[in-house]
Amino acid sequence: MQEHTVKAFDAEIGQLRGLVSEMGGRAEAAIEGAMIALVKHDSKVAADVIANDKLIDALELEIERLAIQIIALRAPMAIDLREVVAALKIASVLERIGDYAKNIAKRTMLIGNLGKIEPLVLIPAMAEIAGQMVHDVLDAFGARDADAALLVSETDIKVDGFFNSVFRSLVTHMMENPTTISNAAHLLFVARNIERIGDHATNVAEMVYYAATGEHMPEREKLAFADTEQGG
Amino acid sequence: MTETSTLKMIARDVSVWYGAKQAIDKVSIDVTTENVTAFIGPSGCGKSTFLRTLNRMNDTIPICRMEGKIELDGDDVYSSGMDVVQLRARVGMVFQKPNPFPKSIYENVAYGPRIHGLAAGKSEMDAIVEKSLRRAGLWDEVKDRLTESGTALSGGQQQRLCIARAIAVSPEVILMDEPCSALDPIATAKIEELIHELRGRYAIVIVTHNMQQAARVSQRTAFFHLGTLVEYGVTSDIFTNPREEKTKDYITGRYG
Repeated sequence: MQEHTVKAFDAEIGQLRGLVSEMGGRAEAAIEGAMIALVKHDSKVAADVIANDKLIDALELEIERLAIQIIALRAPMAIDLREVVAALKIASVLERIGDYAKNIAKRTMLIGNLGKIEPLVLIPAMAEIAGQMVHDVLDAFGARDADAALLVSETDIKVDGFFNSVFRSLVTHMMENPTTISNAAHLLFVARNIERIGDHATNVAEMVYYAATGEHMPEREKLAFADTEQGG
Repeated sequence: MTETSTLKMIARDVSVWYGAKQAIDKVSIDVTTENVTAFIGPSGCGKSTFLRTLNRMNDTIPICRMEGKIELDGDDVYSSGMDVVQLRARVGMVFQKPNPFPKSIYENVAYGPRIHGLAAGKSEMDAIVEKSLRRAGLWDEVKDRLTESGTALSGGQQQRLCIARAIAVSPEVILMDEPCSALDPIATAKIEELIHELRGRYAIVIVTHNMQQAARVSQRTAFFHLGTLVEYGVTSDIFTNPREEKTKDYITGRYG
């Protein structure tokens, strides 16, 4: 993109984009960490994820401060305005994603030994897709690539599909063996958090699409919820 | 985009030359009473020239030549039968630098109605002067000093006096050529508030270099570049999502 006549404006926009990218990287790492904590039952990794969430929160404040400064001092217009507003909104979504990862990390310490059960394979696979969505959508923001953002939003259906599988699997476990209910309930929340991360990444994709094109992303197909009456 | 009921002026394929140099190239635009229209663009893009064609101010420049059609309520502005003095009463103008007459505040406002014979007597004239000054948001500041010279007022007050003077002859359209560029931010805010108050009563067209001002006061924005009308649309669209690359570059500060 052509440079601004006022170079300091470019520098500030560049700085803002850098902060969003850093925040996204940390959110993505938090999801990965939470999964390691879950699968390996590693309390040290879980504690790191929880501690690092403070850095994500601090980045959100920094982005907010810089975005407000740019709006106040530079009066951005058109794509610049859309980008600054997107950065503000993306930061608050990334903060939520960080919170979900932290919440998963906290739960892993409450979950007892699970053995090799199906959800422990499904959930990390689901988290990998959700983490990749976060990664890809920030790349799309960096490249102002509306098509890449659209692809990310289309991926969410996979995460939702995984959630439905995990849901069914956990319900089956709980019905077969009521002693697993406590652990399974935690896992259900873990899966739910990841499903929400996918939704949030999709929201970010919509913001990236709008920032890049000035148009709203077209509506997409959605997956129905898992049948809660299943087997009952 | 525009409601025909409030359509005040239309321009069709208007081109203007200064001698051999073409300043405006086939510009078409609609001006309504409903919406304040802002003209923006870099220096020399033709926005002021185009504004001045709307009430034939360019007639005073001998080498200036115009083609195309401009209508005011369906009347051809450039027809031989058009009384230019009458036209300029219907299409008033406010300039960049406040230019009150070196006469009293009262006389500044009364001058137009007097030469156009709009007031039958002193009390009618008093009423016109008061109403015009009130509409220009100046009455409370000057009501006790109407006999003082208009040039003794502050810059912002002088500009509002010029707007009162334009209003006094009951125009249908008010053209403003950078009305705030010589004013401080407070005086500017008062003029902008005034534009907001006058909207709907008069069709208002404003030329401004200050894009924030165009964004604040107008509902329609026209972007001119090198004598052409690049983009014309709803102001919020122009400033959040312009269609044309040239508009994007200009309003985001990436121009040239």
